[in-house]
Amino acid sequence: MTLTVPQQSPPAPQSLQPTGWLRYLSFSVDHKVIGLQYLVCGFAFYLIGGALAGAIRTELVSPISDFMPRDVYNQVLTLHGTVMIFLWIVPVVNGAFGNYLIPFYVGARDMAFPRLNAVAFWLIPPAGLLLISSYFITGAAQSGWTAYPPLSLTTPASGQIIWILSVLLLGGSSIFGGINFIATILKLRRPGLKLMQLPMYCWAMLGTSILVVLSTPVLAGTLIMLSFDIVAHTGFFNPGLGGNVVVYQHLFWFYSHPAVYIMVLPAFGLVSEILPIHCRKPLFGYTTMVYSIMAIVVLGLVVWAHHMFTSGTPPWMRLFFTIATAFIAVPTGIKFFNWLATLWGGKISLNSAVLFSCGFIVNFVLGGITGVALAQVPFDVHVHDTYFVVAHFHYIVYGGSVFVIFASIYHWYPKVTGRLMNEHLGRFHFLLTFVGFNLCFAPQHWLGLNGMPRRVAEYDPQFQLINQFSSVGALLMAISTLPFLWNVIASALQGEIAGDNPWNALTPEWLTSSPPPVENWKGEAPLVTNPYAYGTPENEIDLNSVSGSDLWRNGQ
Amino acid sequence: MTSLSPQDQVQEQLEHHEAEHPDHRMFGLATFLVADAMTFAGFFAAYLTFKAVNPLLPGAIYELELPLPTLNTILLLVSSATFHRAGVNLRKGCNERCRAWLLGTAVLGLAFLVSQMVEYFTLPFGLADNLYASTFYALTGFHGLHVTLGALMILIVWWQCRTPSGRVSASNHFPLEAAELYWHFVDGIWVILFVILYLI
Repeated sequence: MTLTVPQQSPPAPQSLQPTGWLRYLSFSVDHKVIGLQYLVCGFAFYLIGGALAGAIRTELVSPISDFMPRDVYNQVLTLHGTVMIFLWIVPVVNGAFGNYLIPFYVGARDMAFPRLNAVAFWLIPPAGLLLISSYFITGAAQSGWTAYPPLSLTTPASGQIIWILSVLLLGGSSIFGGINFIATILKLRRPGLKLMQLPMYCWAMLGTSILVVLSTPVLAGTLIMLSFDIVAHTGFFNPGLGGNVVVYQHLFWFYSHPAVYIMVLPAFGLVSEILPIHCRKPLFGYTTMVYSIMAIVVLGLVVWAHHMFTSGTPPWMRLFFTIATAFIAVPTGIKFFNWLATLWGGKISLNSAVLFSCGFIVNFVLGGITGVALAQVPFDVHVHDTYFVVAHFHYIVYGGSVFVIFASIYHWYPKVTGRLMNEHLGRFHFLLTFVGFNLCFAPQHWLGLNGMPRRVAEYDPQFQLINQFSSVGALLMAISTLPFLWNVIASALQGEIAGDNPWNALTPEWLTSSPPPVENWKGEAPLVTNPYAYGTPENEIDLNSVSGSDLWRNGQ
Repeated sequence: MTSLSPQDQVQEQLEHHEAEHPDHRMFGLATFLVADAMTFAGFFAAYLTFKAVNPLLPGAIYELELPLPTLNTILLLVSSATFHRAGVNLRKGCNERCRAWLLGTAVLGLAFLVSQMVEYFTLPFGLADNLYASTFYALTGFHGLHVTLGALMILIVWWQCRTPSGRVSASNHFPLEAAELYWHFVDGIWVILFVILYLI
């Protein structure tokens, strides 16, 4: 049997994507369709998760639990964390942009396993609906996204079991996606294209997929054991039956610390694509970027116990994991200095994509600094399980990954639709998001340092004023979604026509029409051996079809 | 694959690349098996940690009997060899012999499952009795699930290569090779499991 791409099989390859929007609701095997399915589905869950966050911040406006009962608050925070991690950030930074871009970058017409790809996507909506529906059926899980036993064993079982099923489905989707990315990047490269000539996002996705394949199955096994504890009353993690809760934490964080890199490494890759194009400079330090990604992959697998410094970890373990965690700052720092060096002296066009990328750099450095601080045992023991941790990881996953998702949407929107997004609305969106985000999460550092515990609906009244600041920030973040949504919809209908390559980019996805034809290129895929060759004279750059208004030129 | 000069290989790659979707299913399966191995690694790590830090009450300690699991190990190792013979015969075009070896492999796999059930029913502890009992059943049960799936795959391949022009044949031996790789993997896991669970 040969795996020819059966989908649509256009006899005239000249035509652009021929069919209507209904194929976005179908079992399409086209990687571009699947990428957009991931993106739109993920954004819908982002709105749900955002509404849940709004409920949390509304509850925390006052020190008593008046907006919702305590157990509902627990359900809401569990759903918020699970939705945002497993249904928004992981599927979007990996599935959405990975599926859309990786086949272009390796010069292929589709992913290595197109049908597996579609299966991986279509596991997500049912899993998400299952998770959300648990709230309405029997009450959702109440033990947070970490589902630590014994809490997850003593809270109502039905919600917890549905949570486990949902996360298992999402983990399966993630593993299928990871296998597909590894095979596509390593095996499906256009002949003549070497690994060290690939755009940086390929390396980021290769590293991420290695983490997915190595760590996600451990979470799956752990959750199966947890479900046995709940359903069959075994005692793996139940101290009352001779079990060991710390083993659960080790196994859980063996996945869930790499999960942080599964969420931010692709974002690193996307920023590395966006910045050179809009600064008209080559990506600084390509080789060091590649090695730092791989260093982060290796180190990311051996730092998990820094989440468990207050779980009775022995001193040698604390020492090892503190040192290993501190080491991760080195490759991460290399990447940040490389981005700054890419920006340095460049002809920067401060459009929405670059603004969000720079916002990412600022936020992620702040989150990284608190991360290094949290890796130090004496400090961590003090602020463990306080709002300091909440502030830290929101600076990583929202200030980092979500800012990059928005930057990427502004950057690749013309590729997908053939139209530009409105710049004024985009900058307004950035302003609201950046101010709202920092107003929401910066004060939480102070709250944590002063001892406000996380995951509790009620708090000491002395924290009320700062919590209200934080809630105002959350409101700004909610409002910031409106200009963005309006921008996406209005620009799709009547945005400025972008032309094929509005940014004058050299990465392969721009060297075809916008939107691209079904099998990506009308002829043979171009061989792009230096995707960052900016700075060479314009007449030496072979761009077949440069058209449309581009912001960097307007900015000259 | 026959040996080609490097230029020919690049040329063939190019033609292959343009003509049809290249077949990387074996690579994908191998990657999946790495993931699957990590699931087992998680279980093994949990088992060893429990053993190291959670002492059992003296009354709950039970020495596992060795004869039956040793027989199981031999069954699986022999079945790996018979599966290999089946693959060799299929590539030579000897479908009947291939099917005989496949059937032998499936019978060995099913014998393993039966023997495992016999062990389950003779053990003096149940799933939820204590930590080791639970971990023992989780590990062997998860492995048994793999053996069951593998045996089903063998029977499907056995059915599909019943004629030389069937879906699985000398010209399309990927399904057999995929099932074979999976089977060897499951056998390898058993050897590790045997050492960790029964011998240590």
